[in-house]
Amino acid sequence: MKIKTLSAIAAMLVSTPFVAVADEADKDANLVVNGEVELVTRAPAPAHLEGAVDEVISGWLFRTSETQSLQMDDFDNPGMIFVDQAMDDWGTAVGSEGKSCADCHGAVEDSMEGVRAVYPKWNETAGEVRTVAQMINECRTDRMGADALGYTSAAMARMEALISMQSRGMPVNVAIDGPAQETWEWGKELYYTRTGQLQMSCANCHEDNYGNNIRADHLSQGQINGFPVYRLKNAKLTTPHGRFKGCVRDTRAETYGTGSDAFVALELYVASRGNGLSVEGVSVRN
Amino acid sequence: MRLTKITTVAAVLTAGAAVAEIVAPGDVVFDEYGAIEKSLTGVAGDPANGEKIMVTKSKGNCIACHEVTALDYAPFHGEVGPILDGVGSRWNEAELRGIIAFAKMTYEGSMMPNFYQVEGFIRPGDGFTGKAGTEPLPPLLAAQEIEDVVAYLLTLEDE
Repeated sequence: MKIKTLSAIAAMLVSTPFVAVADEADKDANLVVNGEVELVTRAPAPAHLEGAVDEVISGWLFRTSETQSLQMDDFDNPGMIFVDQAMDDWGTAVGSEGKSCADCHGAVEDSMEGVRAVYPKWNETAGEVRTVAQMINECRTDRMGADALGYTSAAMARMEALISMQSRGMPVNVAIDGPAQETWEWGKELYYTRTGQLQMSCANCHEDNYGNNIRADHLSQGQINGFPVYRLKNAKLTTPHGRFKGCVRDTRAETYGTGSDAFVALELYVASRGNGLSVEGVSVRN
Repeated sequence: MRLTKITTVAAVLTAGAAVAEIVAPGDVVFDEYGAIEKSLTGVAGDPANGEKIMVTKSKGNCIACHEVTALDYAPFHGEVGPILDGVGSRWNEAELRGIIAFAKMTYEGSMMPNFYQVEGFIRPGDGFTGKAGTEPLPPLLAAQEIEDVVAYLLTLEDE
């Protein structure tokens, strides 16, 4: 038995991909947007990841140079179209109170600066950890007299994108202690839970196998510092919960709901695994 | 081929009921290392069908994680599990059957799915729909399909 395990490992160590993979990632590239905004795509792992990974790596580094370049210029980044649309939304009054975001928050560049970098975040009034999406909907339902946006809807994703852009280049820095700790611990438990008929956890792919190919997919660390992300595969923005749902579904499991307490906890935990990486605003991935 | 498939389908449809030769997932007997001595069907595996299952996404999709030189005509082999070249010389039939049907009995904590497990999952789903499934789920591979894959892997011998 032991010998067999060793030979299996040996076989793995000498493995060289013999199939030409078109999807060759440039792992040493530097992410500079518009020739001026330098983003941190590799950082020492935060203390809570000791024993798990040494370095945290943006998903940008796992993509092809073509995909990478799309994020290096805002005119090339297809996600920016949605940011522009959200800018219009920001100034448009909706709901029974006749208020726009701007009526209370003023210029998004000022009021939302740094917000994305620290969310999900403990909300004292609510007595729970809240995501940016939840805060957007709270504003809509409680202060604007408007309907809540669908949690992963296009309108929500682009508003998240606009808010995220105001933290571009800032390090992700979500709090995991104090009142948020309990939620964070739950998120960690979910991260390591092997769900579905395939019995796979987030960690199986994104901690134990990042850098490896699974069929044609080049596995990343599953970081969410780049979210919302413009995905070339469906030509629209994807939110963290939308992506989580897809991943859990792919383990042949019953997914958690988008906006559910479970996914809020998971979002906090996954965000904390990227503490130290830059918020990318709107990233581009395949 | 045709007969084999029909037997397999019949077995799945009546899962749980005692079909003559099919060993139900809950009745599989392992040795202390996780090997399964007894054929799951009593019908010899078909290596040609096993090969198909290896490369078919909706079936075994084994190459999603494993590289196999003999299957290099099929695109994109993964790097998650060990290379399977020569696997038929390193493991015997019972060991291969054990690893494919219930990998975690041989390798505790393995990422490899248990292809013949039908219950005991956390949040079991209905295939890839994301919706809840009801256990027992259909196994990822039917008993005869597992036998076919075992038969194929046994052909992968060291030169």
